[in-house]
Amino acid sequence: MIKIEKLHKSYPIGKEALHVLKGIDLHIKEGEFVSIMGSSGSGKSTLLNIVGLLDEHDKGDYFLNGQLIKNLNEKKAAILRNKFLGFVFQSFNLISYKTALENVALPLYYKGMKRKERLIVAMDYLDKVGLKDWANHLPNELSGGQKQRVAIARALVTKPKVVLADEPTGALDSTTSDAVMDLLKDINNEGMTVFVITHEEEIAAQTSRIVRLKDGVIISDELTKVAKVI
Amino acid sequence: MFDLDRWREIFQSINKNRLRSVMSGFTVAFAILLFTLLFGIVSGLSNSFNNAFNDDAKNSMKVRVWKTSKPYKGLQTGRRIQLSNEEYNYVKDEYANKIEYQTARIYKNFTIKYKNEVNNYNIRAVNPDHQFLEKTIIDEGRYLNESDLKGKSKVIVIGRLVKKDLFGEKQALGKRVNVNGSSFLIIGVFSDEGGDNEERIAYIPVSTAQMMYGNNDHIGQILLGYNPDLSLNAAIAFGHKMERDLRKKMNIHPDDQSALSVQNMAEANKGVGMFMGALYAIVILVGSGTLIAGIIGISNIMIFVIKERTKEFGIRKALGAKPASIVGMVVQESVLITTIAGYLGLSLGTYILTLIEDSLEADYFIKDPSVSPIIVLGATVVLVASGLIAGYLPAKKAANIKPIVALRAD
Repeated sequence: MIKIEKLHKSYPIGKEALHVLKGIDLHIKEGEFVSIMGSSGSGKSTLLNIVGLLDEHDKGDYFLNGQLIKNLNEKKAAILRNKFLGFVFQSFNLISYKTALENVALPLYYKGMKRKERLIVAMDYLDKVGLKDWANHLPNELSGGQKQRVAIARALVTKPKVVLADEPTGALDSTTSDAVMDLLKDINNEGMTVFVITHEEEIAAQTSRIVRLKDGVIISDELTKVAKVI
Repeated sequence: MFDLDRWREIFQSINKNRLRSVMSGFTVAFAILLFTLLFGIVSGLSNSFNNAFNDDAKNSMKVRVWKTSKPYKGLQTGRRIQLSNEEYNYVKDEYANKIEYQTARIYKNFTIKYKNEVNNYNIRAVNPDHQFLEKTIIDEGRYLNESDLKGKSKVIVIGRLVKKDLFGEKQALGKRVNVNGSSFLIIGVFSDEGGDNEERIAYIPVSTAQMMYGNNDHIGQILLGYNPDLSLNAAIAFGHKMERDLRKKMNIHPDDQSALSVQNMAEANKGVGMFMGALYAIVILVGSGTLIAGIIGISNIMIFVIKERTKEFGIRKALGAKPASIVGMVVQESVLITTIAGYLGLSLGTYILTLIEDSLEADYFIKDPSVSPIIVLGATVVLVASGLIAGYLPAKKAANIKPIVALRAD
């Protein structure tokens, strides 16, 4: 599903260049539940942004669903994101003046679905994350856990190939964190590829494969007990 | 291209951000309001000017004489100049192709008596062309004609108010009145838009007056209407030439304004035209300045708004929004606000102008101020264009920010 070969990325800082990713090789198959671990500055967020087409890599090859990602303009990137990817952010990134239902329906608007239809589909997904009764509430009327569940529903509503989660539990307490992770596990069990970034061991331990990153290189890549149980 | 969903997005965005929508709208509305009022008031001034010269024909000229103020060819200062039929005929022959109408005029002040009613009136002894130069409107009967002049007939055309004084509601036409001791036949009753004073006078043939009161060929003034085919400048040149020629013919110093002068409406028209032109130029300058200030105002607000929404755009892009859809959304919102606000300003301005209407005419010379449809159309185009520009430039910039950068914005 995701195939990365010798991926490099650096950011210019003044005259110098900060080399963030130094030759990453990574292959994630369809249906995997992978977590990327590393301390801050290890390059894990950069990796996720490149995988999520929110940023461009400098060198190396990136294949998404078999398609080589190269010289994408914003329009093509937008179409690919809408079609293949779902995002879950640490800070939720819900649009504040839209209700939970409207937030979930927004990706379908960009897909070109009719309003009636997309509201029905969005309501389905809100129901899946247990927030049907909160459909007409604005984000600031929801708790952190509820907001993240809305964000997950929004990430799933277009039936993407991959769900990318950047510290999805970073802003949540441990109980709600577990609920969110359970939700991601359920999604994965339905066959969707889930790609999580975290710096918490407990969170990573709930995924089936942990890739550790340090100073822009992969230092370990191993399956967890969860995977062995399966 | 009507996209209901797009409009829903826009109305939601406007509705959720009422304060900034109202603020940006207010800038435009206020600019357009000022613009409308400015143009309306100047058009009111222009109406007043046009009206002030409406009484007499626009192409009228007047030859006036008085006393010499400069010695010339051994003749002394203070000599009294007298126009006569000779000068009248000279002008008529010399400038035939430059003249549309020509009349002599002698002023008299006589009593007019009918039965027991007696009153003092200004009498003008004139030629038939006088009717057109003074824009006299015949209500009953007819005006003076050439055969009246040839026959030195004792006929009189009286003003509407003279008739009212002497006859009340009764028939005046065909009656005889006593003018300074002689009996005159009323052949016509007239009215005049120049006001009451112009209707409390009477006209008699100039030849009759010359015969009866002095038995000479003197005349008071010569009134002309220059050929309307002449340009303003040609008409002015004609006036100057006639002035020179007449002075030469009558042994007057070439620069003696007091002895003989030609008053030319063409000069006044040119002056008014230049004045109004300058006024319009100023108004266009100030008006477009106001508009530009409004446009800059809304551009500023749009830049701020878009900065504020950068993160939202980042989220939308992460969810699959194409840059064009974001630019389109912002531009459409901006055009909608400017157009609605602009029309509010325009309507309010037009409404205020209708309220003013003629109430400022007496004190400020502003008559029936209004804006022409062309100005309204032009302002609309400017509004929509400014909305487009104000929205497009910053939105284009925001839409091209990488989503990762936009998402980081706060």
